[in-house]
Amino acid sequence: MIPGIENSDILMPEYILAVGGMALLMIGVFLGDSAQRTVSYLAILLLALAAAVVVMSTGNGRLTAFGGAYVADDFGRFVKVLALVGAALVLVMAQGFIEREKMGHFEFPVLVVMSVLGMMVMISANDFLALYMGLELQSLALYVLASFNRDNLRSTEAGLKYFVLGALSSGMMLYGISLIYGYAGGTGFEQVAATVREIGTPIGLTFGLVFLIAGLAFKISAVPFHMWTPDVYEGAPTPITAFFSASPKIAAMALFVRVMLGAFPDASVAWVQIIVFISLMSMVLGSVAAIGQNNIKRLMAYSSIGHMGYALVGLAAGSPQGVQGVLIYLAIYLATNIGVFVCILGMRRGDKNVENISDLAGLAQTRPGYAFAFAMLMFSLAGIPPLAGFFAKFYVFLAAIQAGLYPLAVAGVFASVVGAYYYLRIIKIMYFDPPAESFSPAFEPSLRVLLIASTAFSLFFIAAAQPLVLSASAAAATLFP
Amino acid sequence: MGWPILSLLTFLPALGALAILAMPKASAEQMARPIAMIVTLLDLVLALVMWANFDTASSAFQFLEQTSWLGGGINYKMGVDGISMLFVVLTTLLMPMCILASWDSVEKRIVEYIIAFLVLETLMIGVFCALDLFVFYVFFEAGLIPMFLIIGVWGGARRVYATFKFFLYTLLGSVLMLLAMMAIYIQTGTTDIVTLLSGANPIPAHMQYWLWLAFFASFAVKVPMWPVHTWLPDAHVEAPTAGSVILAGILLKMGGYGFLRFSLPMFPLASEYFAPLVFSLSLIAIVYTSLVALAQEDIKKLIAYSSVAHMGLVTLGTFTFNHQGIEGGIFQMLSHGIVSGALFFCVGVVYDRMHTREIAAYGGLVNRMPIYAVCFMVFTLANVGLPGTSGFVGEFLTLLGAYEANTWLAIFGTTGIILSAAYALWLYRRVIFGVLDKKNLQDIMDMSPREIAIIAPLVILTIAMGVYPKPIFDVTGPSVAHLVEQFNTRLEAAKLEAPRLAEVAP
Repeated sequence: MIPGIENSDILMPEYILAVGGMALLMIGVFLGDSAQRTVSYLAILLLALAAAVVVMSTGNGRLTAFGGAYVADDFGRFVKVLALVGAALVLVMAQGFIEREKMGHFEFPVLVVMSVLGMMVMISANDFLALYMGLELQSLALYVLASFNRDNLRSTEAGLKYFVLGALSSGMMLYGISLIYGYAGGTGFEQVAATVREIGTPIGLTFGLVFLIAGLAFKISAVPFHMWTPDVYEGAPTPITAFFSASPKIAAMALFVRVMLGAFPDASVAWVQIIVFISLMSMVLGSVAAIGQNNIKRLMAYSSIGHMGYALVGLAAGSPQGVQGVLIYLAIYLATNIGVFVCILGMRRGDKNVENISDLAGLAQTRPGYAFAFAMLMFSLAGIPPLAGFFAKFYVFLAAIQAGLYPLAVAGVFASVVGAYYYLRIIKIMYFDPPAESFSPAFEPSLRVLLIASTAFSLFFIAAAQPLVLSASAAAATLFP
Repeated sequence: MGWPILSLLTFLPALGALAILAMPKASAEQMARPIAMIVTLLDLVLALVMWANFDTASSAFQFLEQTSWLGGGINYKMGVDGISMLFVVLTTLLMPMCILASWDSVEKRIVEYIIAFLVLETLMIGVFCALDLFVFYVFFEAGLIPMFLIIGVWGGARRVYATFKFFLYTLLGSVLMLLAMMAIYIQTGTTDIVTLLSGANPIPAHMQYWLWLAFFASFAVKVPMWPVHTWLPDAHVEAPTAGSVILAGILLKMGGYGFLRFSLPMFPLASEYFAPLVFSLSLIAIVYTSLVALAQEDIKKLIAYSSVAHMGLVTLGTFTFNHQGIEGGIFQMLSHGIVSGALFFCVGVVYDRMHTREIAAYGGLVNRMPIYAVCFMVFTLANVGLPGTSGFVGEFLTLLGAYEANTWLAIFGTTGIILSAAYALWLYRRVIFGVLDKKNLQDIMDMSPREIAIIAPLVILTIAMGVYPKPIFDVTGPSVAHLVEQFNTRLEAAKLEAPRLAEVAP
């Protein structure tokens, strides 16, 4: 693609997003907000196109570009597809909402595309500079998205909070990177790995590692860096909350895995205990703190904190099985979460969206199909077999047992029992309580399709699990040459 | 047999549920009950066909099926042996009766109710047929979902509390079992129950204790054993009649079945080591919950506590590790499945009329309901363990096994039987006999033909099993003999191994 730069064609999907994003911006600028719908559809096409290019390049092996700063491997391709699909689905489900809420500015899809571009760079980063560039590109777009409903107090508050805390975490991460650079004399992951192999982890390097993990933990909203999540989830417009809970989490998780296993494979003594700690705390806090929530979006925030904790169990295992577990977890989490947020979008009375879980009372009698889908997604998130969510937890805990992390596994399953309580509470409200005023109007066709697809995925994953399991296994193997 | 009879048995009810789901709402409400009835009866016929084709001379697993599932050696594998086969029959037997019992008594949301029951049947049969650890786990755990809804939606006044307690208690126990299954998978490289039972990949002694405890956590809650039995009275009292029948009749048996299928053959060392613990808990359950049952004022609660006591006898028999004890335990489970199920049906009969389960609200029913009084008497006596009823055979064999293992076990166990006579007969006296002086009982009707159709087969079975238990022992005999023999050889092998290991690694 770029003459003189080896392997630069592995950036094809990124080029598509970058050039396409700019073009969309131009279309928007010249046609104004009236073209919002067109821009949105084009953005969906763009994301789908990029995803298709990524899928087609699967199996090309591990290729690097820009002097090893950028890497394309099956691990990255797997996660990229998830991030792209997640973003495209969010755009599909957001369309009706933003038209209704008069937020139809053309910037919305453009910002989503830009943040996804950042995610792609994050996922493929093999150098701390590439990592930081991707992370900031993603984050800046997300800050704006959080406050996209700019006339709404809560939305702007969410954006501001996110920005200030995000900047703080970026600062911490940069500080950590600078320390690591000081020891390694370079920012490439391979170079850092070679340094660690040679000199071990002196206290300064460990310090840098801790700061780096702190910054990454913030991005995946793991405890103790989770405080922003409930506020931002609650304040941001619902489809954007859905976006926050999907693609950025997935990309940051992949980045986390790649940094730890790519740059510090020989320092696992140092980082595994940190990961075990934040994983444990996330699982426990995610389960316990969600019990008291009455706002469904806040509840989902704590739920996502907990789910990141479970996914981290796979990283703590640090094995190919562990990474496979993380990938399966992310894929199932994405599919389930999209469905849940469609359900939340459907919680409308007239022209107003409601967000209290008590508003769901008796939904099983007023809207049986809706309640059934919601209930199955909740059971899936709770990890009850035979639903998809069970298999997500299954593979990460299997890896943990294999790695000998018995206390973590036991604590994790106990946390999942506590967590089951609040998912059951939602089902209880829908099925056991006397009906409240029904939601209206019915789902738009696009939302209905998404909800059916997501529920069907949760229900029938058990019958066709093998393709995902195998491709995740193949993808995970590329991280362990 | 060329066709996959077990998968068909398992998934036929689920297909029925799908068919009902696919119908338009109005006709679904009309057709749900008839369709469910046909499907469950078909399933019963299938189960009987399976019994007819079952080779009673063999202790091996029969009707094997296998398809690749998750990869990595985790397959979908089904099969039954003498231990599990009759539980499948029991499940399919009780289901049509449950549907029939809910014909008129469930008024709201009938379509969902029927679907929940059909799905539950699929999952219960699956538990007994599964021959892969994780397939077993999925069926075992998935059953919580329909049961949660059944108690929660169609239950009594405190249904929400009861159903949450049921769900979370059982879930907490089973997640530990899941981790133990993973450990077995990683240690032995297989999840195939047949391979694991064959002893080709024995589980090392130091792991056995932990794994046994993890499995115990799950099965003890399910059985339920004292002191984790407290969910059962709540769940029973609040569940609708058919839900109670399924709970007492089948779900509790999964725990007892689990001990037989996993704990004994896979962890013989640990089973022997922990046997005194199981004995103690079983004896406490038998004596203590019988005493608690005496003090109950709610009919369903009384039967629920009596279930705990009777299941205590089952665990007692199972861990004697001798033929009589284990076979007695299995027979006791089958008998209890029928008798306690029948007792809950009987409670349902009067509850549908009077809408109360208070013992004090009844009395003198024999004057108005002679047929009911007779049926109730048969089940009461079977619950007590009167010779000639199915209860006797199981209790006798279990106590015989217990006596062989330890005299004290038998002495305390028998105390429980005496107490069971006390509470069961006293309940019968207070409900059926006495003067019919309650005003609203004056014009209570005897059992309708529909109710007789449910209860009559159970009366016949209770007596038939008590008088002629041979067909059942024919099925269970070889498998139990195989289990006992395997248990003993493996125990000896492990004991020889242990000192050798100690020498190698001082």
